[in-house]
Amino acid sequence: MSDALHPAVAGAQPSQRAEKNPEAPLFEGDYRDRFERVLSRYPNKQAALLPVLNMAQEIRGWLSPQTIARVAELLELTPAYVRSVASFYTMFSTRPVGKHVIQVCTGIGCDLCGAQAVVDKLLEATGTRIGEVSKDGKYTVVEVECLGACGFPTVVQVNDRVFENVKAEDVEGLLAELD
Amino acid sequence: MAYPYADPRETRLLSKHFGEKDAIGIDGWIERGGYRALKKALGSMSPDEVTGVVKESGLRGRGGAGFPAGLKWSFMPKDDRPRYLVCNADESEPGTFKDREIMRWTPHQLLEGCIIAGYAIQAEHCYVYIRGEFVDIVRILNGAVGEAYERGYLGRDILGSGFDLELTVHLGAGAYIAGEETGLLNSLEGRRAEPRIKPPFPAQRGAFNMPTTVNNVETLASVAHIVMNGADWYRQWGTEKSPGTKLFSCCGHLQRPGNYEVSLDFNLRDLVYELCGGPPEGRALLAVIPGGSSVPIMKADEIDCDVSYEGIEAAGSMLGSGGLIAMDESTCMVRAVRKMVEFYAHESCGQCTNCREGTAWLAKILQRIERGAGREEDIPLLLDISANMAGRTICPLSDSAAVPVVSSIQKFEHEYLAHIRDGTCTAVR
Repeated sequence: MSDALHPAVAGAQPSQRAEKNPEAPLFEGDYRDRFERVLSRYPNKQAALLPVLNMAQEIRGWLSPQTIARVAELLELTPAYVRSVASFYTMFSTRPVGKHVIQVCTGIGCDLCGAQAVVDKLLEATGTRIGEVSKDGKYTVVEVECLGACGFPTVVQVNDRVFENVKAEDVEGLLAELD
Repeated sequence: MAYPYADPRETRLLSKHFGEKDAIGIDGWIERGGYRALKKALGSMSPDEVTGVVKESGLRGRGGAGFPAGLKWSFMPKDDRPRYLVCNADESEPGTFKDREIMRWTPHQLLEGCIIAGYAIQAEHCYVYIRGEFVDIVRILNGAVGEAYERGYLGRDILGSGFDLELTVHLGAGAYIAGEETGLLNSLEGRRAEPRIKPPFPAQRGAFNMPTTVNNVETLASVAHIVMNGADWYRQWGTEKSPGTKLFSCCGHLQRPGNYEVSLDFNLRDLVYELCGGPPEGRALLAVIPGGSSVPIMKADEIDCDVSYEGIEAAGSMLGSGGLIAMDESTCMVRAVRKMVEFYAHESCGQCTNCREGTAWLAKILQRIERGAGREEDIPLLLDISANMAGRTICPLSDSAAVPVVSSIQKFEHEYLAHIRDGTCTAVR
């Protein structure tokens, strides 16, 4: 992975891979290398915070207090500061999430074209309420603000995959495709 | 799912190669004339000459504010501090999805614009701040950046010109307000994306306290065309005050939603009815929001105007980002406004009281009106809160949240009253 990764894009790898391990070591091996490449692109360490949190979440699945403390230590920031930043952004999870994080756009463009029915169907099919982890640990369904693909409603993003033109009747097929 | 529709009435400058898979990679892009403008700029023009031609072209910022791009560049101080170019690819104005399409199909069109703009302002580093949600687009952009470095279009001594430019792709993490340029700069620096008080403007103290220019994706993508062909060529389209072409992202109740690129003197009504095919069969158009959810709502009979900045303004709204949202008669206007206001309430960074409290109260009141529990006094109350939100905060998010409320009450008050007085909705089901 890292051999081909140019420093210019080392901090911009889409995160949210399917296999996550909350106990995994942070920034060892390839990730250590990526971490160093990210730092090389900014005039100070603090500026690497978003990309580094992104990587930490990619490795561990969510940003636990322990993960936040470790990121803070590496970037010479306080854990409180890192938490204040992490909690500002919706893509950072400060709680555990399911293996598949299903984000449904309910912005105005999708809402006009039936996003609510897609949300309802997803909740029914996964047996969850918004933001919950399903009993089997597989799914978390969340409503998100405009995903910027309003011409292709409803837009559903699952981890690092984007599904466009999703209708309520497509939901079963979509879930089947995830496994 | 890609780039669905094209129309002969479009003027396809930026979108000419949308939908062509071969245009994405660097070889395909060069075959289509890519990087010739960069060679011209670095080989035969001074940085000031590049700024000059962009100034003369009248290109206005395509992110929403419409500020002249060349003029913005000319504000950069010429001292020996490091200078930065920041490309704002945090496209998140509801209804807008044009930058996504530029990067999806023509990432090198954007990179060439970044390099030329970087040369014009003599930047040492360009940061492309892109929405973290754009996962598929980020992969395409990352690939293009790698290719550009490999071919020597980025890095040291670009094309033997002596000009050096580094470029870094920086991922956002989900925050609408990071699209506001000073919020973006804070986010880039590893902070909460809270907008900064201006002045100082980014040209004086921007990223890392250094002189910085922030430009939108579509603005930068236009630059190579202007440098290659000249200001007069670009001015053959549009109007005196709004030269060139513009991408319109069209969504909502339309037969052919998608991105359309038109000359800026194109008729808005024709865009909606001819290019987009109007509302679905058997339904009448109710309203149009022409420039993203932050601009005033227009009634269906108000859209016979040209799409220039001044044309839409004269018709009572704003061009904004070009995110056109069409609503047909099946729309509950109260619900639509409630959805837009809830968006702003969620995305308010919370620094300013008027915005933090105002957006939350607007949302609460709209919720109760929608479910039939509103009172007649709620309408003046909504207007009063809105008046206290506009022009009183660090950034324009607060103003934006008030816009759909005020314009919908002006134009669709009867829909509010139907909910309040009769507990009914005027939407045609």
